[in-house]
Amino acid sequence: MKMECKHVWEQISGYLDTELDADMLAAVEKHLETCEVCSAILDSTRNILVLTADERTYELPVGYGKRLRERLIGVIGANG
Amino acid sequence: MKAAAATNERALIARVIGGEKELFLDLIRPYERLVYVTIFAILKNETEAEDGAQETMISAYRNLKSFRGEAKFSTWLVTIAMNEARKRLRKAKTAAEDSLDEPREESEGDYTPAVLTDWREIPLAALERKELKEKLREAVGMLSEKYREVFVLRDIEELNQEETAVALGINVALVKVRLHRARMMLQKLLVPYLKNGVPFGAQAKPARGGFFRRWLQ
Repeated sequence: MKMECKHVWEQISGYLDTELDADMLAAVEKHLETCEVCSAILDSTRNILVLTADERTYELPVGYGKRLRERLIGVIGANG
Repeated sequence: MKAAAATNERALIARVIGGEKELFLDLIRPYERLVYVTIFAILKNETEAEDGAQETMISAYRNLKSFRGEAKFSTWLVTIAMNEARKRLRKAKTAAEDSLDEPREESEGDYTPAVLTDWREIPLAALERKELKEKLREAVGMLSEKYREVFVLRDIEELNQEETAVALGINVALVKVRLHRARMMLQKLLVPYLKNGVPFGAQAKPARGGFFRRWLQ
């Protein structure tokens, strides 16, 4: 199966989630071997997801856990 | 979650319901971050997110008896957190803003990713940059709500497709469609920032997070 770039783009998310079936995966990989553009798009998307999953991208405010627990203790106590 | 930890969690829930109320703090401890970040990523406001996280946990405490255990406890909590975030977002949003930027679902696949052929040369050092993280948070905030919700749960919180579907009350197929769309929009929004000022050949220490690990293998 020979693929055009725009069809490869439609598979990027599925590719990153390792969800493509064997035929589709083979076709996408074959395309990626020779297509710099699609490879770059794939790599950039993948790296954005790496950044997203990095815990330092979304940080907790200082004292958040303490304030949360204090509030809960208040509620739990107030409910008897 | 490992089976033993899940069993432990069930036992903890039973004990809280049984009257050992203070154990609720232990029960939710592993999810304090999950709840806050979920709400923050949707609302983009620290004070609102912290308040929302507190309300979520209070609601979870008050409704713990209604947790039946069909879903994972974490998914149940995320569902409450997401509802809390939605409620606050509605309150903050004007009707005018609401109508902006709503790509139609049927246009799925009809987009052009940003092309940047030298991207692959950019080392992970780029991902360590603080500004880039800021840009990412901004870009996530620019997604319209339905895409942002799916992205937050799948790629920030790393829930699986089924858990995400349950938490959002949509089907798995729609989770996939929206996630793909969200990722492509982010790719487009972020590529310009990824391009600039990156020293070639620099090495970065590995970031944490499941995606990274998956991709290093």
